[in-house]
Amino acid sequence: MSATPSPETILEVDKLITSFETDGGLLRAVDQVSFTVPARRTVGIVGESGCGKSVTAMSIVRLLPQPAGKILGGRIMFKGRDLTTATENEMHAIRGGDIGVIFQEPMAALNPVHRIGRQVAEVFSLHKDMSKKDAWDAAIEMLAHVRIPAPEKRMMDYPHHLSGGMRQRVVIAIALACKPSLVIADEPTTALDVTVQAQILDLMERLQQETGMSTILITHDLGVIAESCDEVVVMYAGRVVERAPVRELFSNPLHAYTRGLLDSIPTLETPSKSLLRTIPGMVASLGQHVHGCRFCQRMGRRTTVTRERPKFIEAAPGHWVEACPECTSVAR
Amino acid sequence: MSSLLTIDDLKVHFPVRGGILMRQTAAVRAVDGVSLHINPGETLGLVGESGCGKSTLGKAVVRLIRPTDGRIRFENREITHLNQRQLRPLRRDFQMIFQDPAESLDPRMSVRAILEEPYVIHGIGSRDERRKWVDELLDRVGLQTSAADRYSFEFSGGQRQRIGIARALALRPKLIICDEPVSALDVSVQSQILNLLVELQRDFNLSYLFIAHDLSVVKHISDRVAVMYLGKIVELATAETIYRDPRHAYTKALLSAIPTPDPAAGREKILLEGDVPSPIDPPAGSAFGHRVGHPLYEQSIGLDLSLREIAPNHFVAADPCCLTPQDYEKISTVTPAA
Repeated sequence: MSATPSPETILEVDKLITSFETDGGLLRAVDQVSFTVPARRTVGIVGESGCGKSVTAMSIVRLLPQPAGKILGGRIMFKGRDLTTATENEMHAIRGGDIGVIFQEPMAALNPVHRIGRQVAEVFSLHKDMSKKDAWDAAIEMLAHVRIPAPEKRMMDYPHHLSGGMRQRVVIAIALACKPSLVIADEPTTALDVTVQAQILDLMERLQQETGMSTILITHDLGVIAESCDEVVVMYAGRVVERAPVRELFSNPLHAYTRGLLDSIPTLETPSKSLLRTIPGMVASLGQHVHGCRFCQRMGRRTTVTRERPKFIEAAPGHWVEACPECTSVAR
Repeated sequence: MSSLLTIDDLKVHFPVRGGILMRQTAAVRAVDGVSLHINPGETLGLVGESGCGKSTLGKAVVRLIRPTDGRIRFENREITHLNQRQLRPLRRDFQMIFQDPAESLDPRMSVRAILEEPYVIHGIGSRDERRKWVDELLDRVGLQTSAADRYSFEFSGGQRQRIGIARALALRPKLIICDEPVSALDVSVQSQILNLLVELQRDFNLSYLFIAHDLSVVKHISDRVAVMYLGKIVELATAETIYRDPRHAYTKALLSAIPTPDPAAGREKILLEGDVPSPIDPPAGSAFGHRVGHPLYEQSIGLDLSLREIAPNHFVAADPCCLTPQDYEKISTVTPAA
């Protein structure tokens, strides 16, 4: 497609398998997921609840619920080293250091009994070995960086003093404090109003331009994907069903699930009260594991479900799709 | 046309108490002078940011919250001051669907018990009749009749919302207040529920007050849309007009903030600074003008900022901070809408 040279890769997730031990047996929440994150780019992961998008992200920074969650296979290459084999101490240094994490609920990510200042300064003293005074000053600078007005005053506030949007700015400040090369944002704006969401997405875009970081943006909102991402990974039932540059994905979706998602959202252009296209059924339960195509399982197509898993093929340059004969046109 | 529901200058204020004597120190003006009407078979959308008072308005309309001032008329009957016993027979006519069906359905009751309860409370039908009606309800909202003997927690979010809708439908109401009915659902399930609501409206000539923060959803399902800001309606028009030709600066900002699922659509966003201001001690003049620091804010204090008809069936607050100079000039000659 485009002739721009492919930029260096910051992160490569290769055939990642993450499972949870439950009373009902081993659940494969992430089933051989592969994608790459180029430097200075935003990769969006989209899918419905339970599709494994958050588990994929939390596998990267190893914040899986313990002891149930386990990485059972695959590699996570971050700047040339495999995070799946890193020790817990090494992961400690990487989390909040070279990989920042932003969660959906800023109130849950911040400690309610500590002042904002202490929580931001802590990152600097932990990761940069700064003195108390230096860390405090660096924290003020960081709050100003994420456009929090009167940062010196806000340092003395507790999280509940701030609005949802301001809290999320604090979480972003903490995530970006050590100038990470990769930021993982798990539904960072889902809990916010649209007007505040626009502010936060705008802020993240500007910070990315300033610092050159890469971002993994997890969301269920295709509008957010369209506006903020360079590349998109579409997940369904623990698998990547399609992966493409953002414009290519929206103009030429190849997998039936991607098309179903795109068709089911009302836009300002859809005629009022017209019936929306729907995807029948609901996201497959991970307990009902099948080898074949999981979307065919949802659609009740027996034949393809029992066969082997569809191959993940590059249908066009940079455009990958799980090639099921029923779900994609390219597979025929 | 005689409207189904008319609300007139409705106010809901909550007292804020403080000090050792817990005296009232201030009031949260959650709903602060709202006038609206809903016609039979119509959907009125209500949008605004969190904390703007939209849910409070929805609850006050069906008298789940006692209004502080103003009037509510349902089918030409004044219901503002009816007590709970007088309201009970009327409750058949207006029902509610909530955002989180998991919290609005009793986990200890079977689906059949949940759906039978409205009939039992209102003393309608024999046991066998009720049984038949519950089966019909389940069928109508797209669930299998075998669902009746299970419990709500056994169902997915979308199915639970179907149960919530079935319960609201049980007494064949005329008006349903839908408070964020799809915002907790995944997109593919959301479209199923929206389709169901549209079909039910056609079949039963239902009216909806549809409260949501997702403007694309509201546009899709509504005939008219009211935009609410800090306890007041700032713009009201047909869904089509609100989206094609918004006049109020807040409506414009809200619309531009919706992310469009089209990467090729390059648009200028109007980025609002700050957050929704507090409804405790709201600004004296234009609330939105105050938020954006508009140069005309001082001038707006003391002005009548009520809705005026700027074009046929298109009402907007006569607010110098939020309209273009041309629009404001045009509108300031119009008398306030009744």
